[in-house]
Amino acid sequence: MTLDLLRFTTAGSVDDGKSTLIGRLLYDSKQVFEDQLEHVALASERRGGEGTLDLALLTDGLRAEREQGITIDVAYRYFATARRRFIIADCPGHRQYTRNMVTGASTADVSVVLLDARRGVLEQSKRHAFISALLGIPEMVVAVNKMDLVEHSRERFGELVSEFGGFAERLSGVRSITYIPMSALNGDNVVERSPNMGWYDGPVLLEHLEQVEVAYDHPDEKPARFPVQWVIRPAGGAEAEDYRGYSGQLASGALRRGDEVTVLPGGGRTRIAAIDTFDGELEEAMAPMSLTLRLEDELDISRGELICHPERAPIVARELAADVCWMTEEPLRPGSRYVLKHTSRNATAVVDEIDDVVDVHTLERDPPPAELALNDIGRVRLRTSSPLAFDPYTSNRRTGSFILIDESSNRTVGAGMIAAAA
Amino acid sequence: MNLTATRPQLSHLRALESEAIHVMREVAAEFERPVLLFSGGKDSIVLLRLAEKAFRPAPFPFPLMHVDTGHNFPEVIEFRDRRVAELGERLIVASVQESIDKGRAVEETGPRASRNRLQTVTLLDAIAEHGFDAAFGGARRDEERARAKERVFSFRDDFGQWDPKNQRPELWNLYNGRIARGEHVRVFPLSNWTELDVWEYIDQEQLEVPSIYFSHEREVFRRDGMVYAWRAGTELLDGEEITSERVRYRTVGDMSCTGGVVSEAATLEEIVLEIAATRLTERGETRADDRVSEAAMEDRKKAGYF
Repeated sequence: MTLDLLRFTTAGSVDDGKSTLIGRLLYDSKQVFEDQLEHVALASERRGGEGTLDLALLTDGLRAEREQGITIDVAYRYFATARRRFIIADCPGHRQYTRNMVTGASTADVSVVLLDARRGVLEQSKRHAFISALLGIPEMVVAVNKMDLVEHSRERFGELVSEFGGFAERLSGVRSITYIPMSALNGDNVVERSPNMGWYDGPVLLEHLEQVEVAYDHPDEKPARFPVQWVIRPAGGAEAEDYRGYSGQLASGALRRGDEVTVLPGGGRTRIAAIDTFDGELEEAMAPMSLTLRLEDELDISRGELICHPERAPIVARELAADVCWMTEEPLRPGSRYVLKHTSRNATAVVDEIDDVVDVHTLERDPPPAELALNDIGRVRLRTSSPLAFDPYTSNRRTGSFILIDESSNRTVGAGMIAAAA
Repeated sequence: MNLTATRPQLSHLRALESEAIHVMREVAAEFERPVLLFSGGKDSIVLLRLAEKAFRPAPFPFPLMHVDTGHNFPEVIEFRDRRVAELGERLIVASVQESIDKGRAVEETGPRASRNRLQTVTLLDAIAEHGFDAAFGGARRDEERARAKERVFSFRDDFGQWDPKNQRPELWNLYNGRIARGEHVRVFPLSNWTELDVWEYIDQEQLEVPSIYFSHEREVFRRDGMVYAWRAGTELLDGEEITSERVRYRTVGDMSCTGGVVSEAATLEEIVLEIAATRLTERGETRADDRVSEAAMEDRKKAGYF
């Protein structure tokens, strides 16, 4: 039987019980191995927990994390049930939180936002919800944790649902929000239904994750986008000399042998002569397959160019407006230059203007700041050294995203989601 | 795959495969001198198949390299050479024995002596000698908790060190491959695969693996709750004795620190069933090198280990 693969992200700090929640999910779904459990039992004992398992320790990977009781970086965890395979992007909330949440959310299908039932809707939860929406995650789960500390109160749960709902109304792009009352510490409503909250008749967390419908478009509904990564031209041999294949991963949509295609930004036209894979030629292919295309005409195509259907072409421009999440101490300022990586293309980008910065509390876009500081998210206008073929991020996560790299340190300093040509 | 279906979808193995091929092509395109680390173990066997899928009909745009401790299972070395010959690719063998002979590394002594740590010296020397700027490895994030934190493109400074607190954020499928001279990246195309995925993929692709992965009769001894292969020269401790048992290996490492598991699994399908039902992690069950401390893998990785 073939299983779906579901990627979800969580964010939060130690206080929210996020590590305990993930530990509980893994433990109760029997995904924790005996030797890992032995490790946790030993470590729990060393930290003074008598005979109790501190499930949070299951997810702390690094020495400093175990010593300081913190989570440093995004960690990826894997588990499977009979229905689905899961990849969790587990994001720490206390430090560099925007950077970590954006990273975790960039590949997720579902976002699990944690609330502490006692403390209500805090900034961090709002920020996570905002980032999930901004990063294009349509499905949100609000895990109202620590219900045991509010006497499993149905009223308290109701208050939090309406408070969060009021905030979330202003988020665009969220298709559905599912609220689940739980106690990760006691295992209530994580994998097993809680005997303490008989008033709750919705799904428990794991059940929901197993069943949630991930946003799905038939490949033919999405325009085909094939960024060329690599050109295959074997040397030697008469047969080999004729071979010229354009390799890449189909970012969206579908391609068929014989399709008329255009190559951007140049605009040359030809037809697909063959769709090659190591396992043989295909008549048709869909995202996210990795393929090699042979074309009927010899066009001069190299890495970074985009193959698509001419009637459903993306925007080609050198000036663009994008929401940028800033990830480093040195601020982003107008006039700064960066390397911009978009699909398989690298360009130089200059910051022309900063239009606004988002206030995560109010979701208002505040007037233009002089610069974007670490963990800020704002609308930025960029000019690139060569034209980019892109779609708005809201319609295509793969061709609408880019990263900014500092030319001197080589560090990744910004994450961008394209809004439009500027 | 059939696009006339109402909801065509790739299987999870095809999705993982496609992601890994994408990673390999990014490396080929953005680095000057990549290398693929091939040990003859199951994960690197999968890497070779993925490289075929990424680059054929052309030759691979990089050589293969094995860090040979001199304590490898002979069946694995025989398999390694045969597989490389079949592929028609170039293999570099970096030898731990040579590092010891040159005085670059010092042999451990005693009954628990292992060349596991010494491999780091040989690996980093070979990377420097050949000027490699990217090295593909078969490590997976499900293997070990320090690895759960590691990037697909894992940056190493000019001492080969990994700094887990200071990693580059990795977003979408956009990998930052920019480095300065003397630095390199380790690239892990199987980051999102689990041990079960690897075996299901080997079964799906009908890949050959070294015979030691299948149940076989072997002379073994038990130590620290693990079953080790006995070989000439191994010092036994008091109370240890050599017995003959039916075992197989879940991981392929140095004979001195890789334990076997008692198993009757003799086919790929039987291995898949065994792995799906196991209650122990592969490294917890079979790798003495991870048992040194709570952070044994983290410490070795910071120093430049695989």
